[in-house]
Amino acid sequence: MAEDLVLEVNNIEVVYNRTIQVLRGLSLRVPRGAIVALLGSNGAGKSTTLKAVSRLLPLEDGEITAGQVAFEGEDIGQITPHALVRRGLFHVMEGRRVFEDLTVEENLTAATFALSGRGVPPTPFDLVYSYFPRLYERRKGLAGYLSGGEQQMLAIGRALIAQPKLMLLDEPSLGLSPKLVEEIFSIIARINAEQGVSMLLVEQNAAVAFAVASYGYILETGKVVIDGPTERLVRDQDVREFYLGLGGSGAARKSYREVKHYKRRKRWLS
Amino acid sequence: MTDWLFLAEVCLAGIGAGALYALTGVAFVLIYKATRVVNLAIGEILMLGGYAFLGFAAGWGLPAWAALPLAVLCGGLFGAVVERTLIRPMLGESPISVFMVTVGLGSMLVGAVELGWGADPLRLPEFVPNRPVFIGEAYLAPKVAYGFVAASLVIAAFVLAFRFSRSGVALRATAGDQGAAYSVGIDVPRVFSLAWTAACATAAGAGVLVGSIGGISPTMGVFGLSVLVVVIVGGLDSIMGALVGGLLVGLIEALAGAFLGGEYKLLATFGLLILILMLRPYGLFGTHEIERL
Repeated sequence: MAEDLVLEVNNIEVVYNRTIQVLRGLSLRVPRGAIVALLGSNGAGKSTTLKAVSRLLPLEDGEITAGQVAFEGEDIGQITPHALVRRGLFHVMEGRRVFEDLTVEENLTAATFALSGRGVPPTPFDLVYSYFPRLYERRKGLAGYLSGGEQQMLAIGRALIAQPKLMLLDEPSLGLSPKLVEEIFSIIARINAEQGVSMLLVEQNAAVAFAVASYGYILETGKVVIDGPTERLVRDQDVREFYLGLGGSGAARKSYREVKHYKRRKRWLS
Repeated sequence: MTDWLFLAEVCLAGIGAGALYALTGVAFVLIYKATRVVNLAIGEILMLGGYAFLGFAAGWGLPAWAALPLAVLCGGLFGAVVERTLIRPMLGESPISVFMVTVGLGSMLVGAVELGWGADPLRLPEFVPNRPVFIGEAYLAPKVAYGFVAASLVIAAFVLAFRFSRSGVALRATAGDQGAAYSVGIDVPRVFSLAWTAACATAAGAGVLVGSIGGISPTMGVFGLSVLVVVIVGGLDSIMGALVGGLLVGLIEALAGAFLGGEYKLLATFGLLILILMLRPYGLFGTHEIERL
């Protein structure tokens, strides 16, 4: 247990509106400096996991009913969301969530609140512009008029301003063209390497996620069903078939009947 | 051409009164923008400001230059307390419930003021220079003129702070997307508290100005009704709208009062409201979402 963990999630259960249980005993860990991927189909609970970690759940009437989340070895149960950001845990939310009525620059200014009370010098905006030169060109324009890719860049740029220790990235590839996805992920990998930011990455696009992550968890109905280093996951027969879209042994497409059979088998196993 | 002169004087008086509407409208918009609360008690908070000034100036015998900031401070403090004790616990409840809380708050304030000062209208001690003001040849009551200047300065300060200060960015960010505001480290509850404090302080200040012109009474909260028209006409979440709406309503009330008779003032105001709502349901400057092409 000498491993240096930035984030440790232990057996958490999350319930929305006091009735709908979304996570059922989910555990995961993010080692310092690593990119960890969290994969799964729609409704598996990926975004919920991130919101549970960043404590944004109460905004959506969600609640952690069991288990605990530790950031840098400390239980975050009682910390307010903005205080958590100021400790260095930054959540880049799903759907980018830029402030549309603010200019690009003002969006970055808003993120400087993440440094309040931390006693660190302010991040120069040029750091963001060096990763995303396109934002510099549009810095005086309203964020609402940016393209989807630029908005994603701005969302990640805001995270850079906050000088986080851990970044939670919720589907950075959402709604972007394959070329842009590639561009954004190469920048994500660079940020990880150059800024030493650990990352927990939620993705639908397993191929790109595996390209940057060193470890992966696969979620199904609120639980981790498979996990392991990415080299092992990409060789895993089930993962290849259902998350990477690569046929098993032959190239022949399997029929849906067999898909069903597979699902049944896995549920029974887990 | 005395008729033209009369018209000019009426218009000037209307614009002067309109500036006070605009100022109170800005207070209303500030709260709505940050917290999405429709604060119907704004008129009563304005009244409270007037009475606080009276208390400091007449009761304690303080000079006006000390009583005015104290009244404004009182308003701000009151706003902070209301936000913390009444509004924040209602967070996440239906907007109607919160709205009703502010209605109740307004009634309580009227009652409290009647208990303290009685129901009769009172005059505020004179503190504005009495020398008549002429713009060209048109006469303007000095109180209205100074009220206009004060209101314009405060509004200008608000607009600048809103556009260029870091707190302004936090407030606009919170107004735009609360969840995202949390996610970038903005202390959202503090923004709420700040908005209520600033807005109630502004309303209290406006109360002193309004009271210095027309006197104060527990029923002066109906001023808030016209302010409601102002912000609906201008768009609930637009400072610019409050500005334009305030001047427009002030002007129309003055014109209706002068040419149709005082009893038609409210009729004209609400007629304008209906007209605007039919043409532009979100008000003149209300938010329409940015659509990306």
